[in-house]
Amino acid sequence: MSFDRIKEKLNILADAAKYDVSCSSSGSKRTNKEKSLGNSSGMGICHSYTEDGRCVSLLKILMTNHCIFDCAYCVTRRSNDIKRAAFKIQEVVDLTINFYRRNYIEGLFLSSGIFKDADYTMERLVAVAKKLRLEEKFNGYIHLKSIPGASDELMREAGLYADRLSVNIEIPTVSGLKLLAPEKDHKDFLKPMEKVKNEIIQYKSEKKIIKSTPKYAPAGQSTQMIVGATGETDQQILLTSAYFYKEFNLKRVYYSGYVPVIADERLPQLGTQVPMLRENRLYQTDWLMRFYGFDVREIVDKNNPNLDLEVDPKLAWALRNLHEFPVNINKADKFMLLRIPGVGVKSVSKIIKARRFRKLNWQHLAKLGIASNRAKYFITCESSEFEKRDLTAEQIRGFILQNSSSKFRKLVSPQLNVFG
Amino acid sequence: MYSDSLNLNLTDCILEYDGSFDGFLCAVHEFYLLKLNQVEIQKEGSAQVALFAKRIKVITQLPLAEKVWKRFKIRIGGSGCSQIFRAFLSEEIGVENTLLRYIQHALSATRPIHSDFSHPDVLKVSQMVKSVGREKHRMEAFVRFRRTKDGIYFAHIAPDFNVLPLISKHFQERYADQKWMIYDENRHYALYYDLNKVEVVELRLKEKLELHKNPEGIYDEQEIEFQELWKDYFKSTNIKSRRNDKLHTQHVPKRYWRYLTEKLSDI
Repeated sequence: MSFDRIKEKLNILADAAKYDVSCSSSGSKRTNKEKSLGNSSGMGICHSYTEDGRCVSLLKILMTNHCIFDCAYCVTRRSNDIKRAAFKIQEVVDLTINFYRRNYIEGLFLSSGIFKDADYTMERLVAVAKKLRLEEKFNGYIHLKSIPGASDELMREAGLYADRLSVNIEIPTVSGLKLLAPEKDHKDFLKPMEKVKNEIIQYKSEKKIIKSTPKYAPAGQSTQMIVGATGETDQQILLTSAYFYKEFNLKRVYYSGYVPVIADERLPQLGTQVPMLRENRLYQTDWLMRFYGFDVREIVDKNNPNLDLEVDPKLAWALRNLHEFPVNINKADKFMLLRIPGVGVKSVSKIIKARRFRKLNWQHLAKLGIASNRAKYFITCESSEFEKRDLTAEQIRGFILQNSSSKFRKLVSPQLNVFG
Repeated sequence: MYSDSLNLNLTDCILEYDGSFDGFLCAVHEFYLLKLNQVEIQKEGSAQVALFAKRIKVITQLPLAEKVWKRFKIRIGGSGCSQIFRAFLSEEIGVENTLLRYIQHALSATRPIHSDFSHPDVLKVSQMVKSVGREKHRMEAFVRFRRTKDGIYFAHIAPDFNVLPLISKHFQERYADQKWMIYDENRHYALYYDLNKVEVVELRLKEKLELHKNPEGIYDEQEIEFQELWKDYFKSTNIKSRRNDKLHTQHVPKRYWRYLTEKLSDI
């Protein structure tokens, strides 16, 4: 192994892979039965954090950054004048194993530029995973990219070795894709996703009858969308997410604020700020959809196509629906408790457990660690003290903003006049 | 002053034990055996002194400790016992006395008490357990093995709490086909896995060794190369336009940087 050459490749191919934000290493069920190397059961571990505060749990690299496509938003696009490199299969295997043995990582996240064609590329990704599983007896986490247009046979094989598969649809709208990646077809993204979805369903039903059915992508599928590259609205993004969650049973949709990397008149200028606050609001909404029982249409609609940057989406929803409040903490069902601004899933479960013993008042809520800064305008409890004034949505919003110190405050205030 | 004199009056007996968990269990046994009332359990040589109290030296007997522990498992239950063990590992001053009260409360109660948070000792224990659990998880993440010339994967750490006993299982399950050793620099002992079982070994390495600086003659030829690759990789994953130092140090507090290969150059 020539370390100098590997080092050079690693620099190029890790740098190109970092815009893929998925770093999850959880949700798989691989145990280490034969006294070999590694396991990935249940919780993932973040072994380190980048200076921008993101978790590092996987060795995230591209097989190659050679690419036959010329998608405007992508650093590795054909026409971009950058250094190109490609790993050999064995090199990726060696890196993964040696990093893993030193407890640097939970496993491998392997993506690739498309060289020659979809199948040729997918074949190489699968070859790495296969070698890790069969030759190295590696039970750590493997996340493979599904290459759009890859054949069903290859996708089937990929799922046998990988824990998770993902296709990044990147651009949430068909028109946006046409503009930025004219050579790509929307349908090509869906085909491997469909195949993997069906394989997972089939695996689950076979598993019930035959215990020894080999695992198929136990950590499921995910995808990613770039935010802020094509002028799409939050509504368009979120409807697309909801569609993917529903139609393809995805485990996660990731949102990646566009980082301007190349000058192109179709894209935001170089030096444009990464829309981190918007990205954060999208994730909050994603959580509302997955864990809080919200329907996407409650959060964004024709009149509110974009999320409110000043306040979180749940608070924004509550302010638009004051007629649903106040909620009585001691009586409301779980569904409604989950809709109280500032009260999360864990708090709701604590409330439900605690109110079995006695009716809760403000002191009880404080002891349970429930933040009342936002909630107090929306709830009543076992106390005569509650918000009695008939406040308008605007007033509540003003009070809350006055008393909160969001980490994003600085980001918002220069652009928006909060109390004007 | 007030609290001191209070202690003097109330503590009629000090049970001195060797600082080990087994020793602590024996001390608890002694407490019940001698039908003591007000007692303080202290580590040998610990600085707290109560002047007129009677001192009893507890001798650690493994079979006795095992017997006591077995009884606790039946009477207090698995989760309660795991709470006791984890809280003990926090090494907080006075933890023995909190735990003794916790045990008394548990043994006299008719149902499991580990979620009875309105009881001050239960609350205190649950808080300690939470901190210890967090440290355990951190060590599972932050251990960095270096391959020695003998092919042993070696790591040195200095956790805030005595969590080595808690991380043993995780590393044994994950790295079943390599020899490894995790050394606690402050507590001077290590876990050593020899491909069959994990053993606890007393170890006192020279302070001057400065293991994080890769002293010559200890590590495998390729070791430094892989460290370099990892550092480079770590640098490449950063997106400069998203830099967020506060979040970064919140996740990776600076006191751990000395053990993290990728953060060494930032110290």
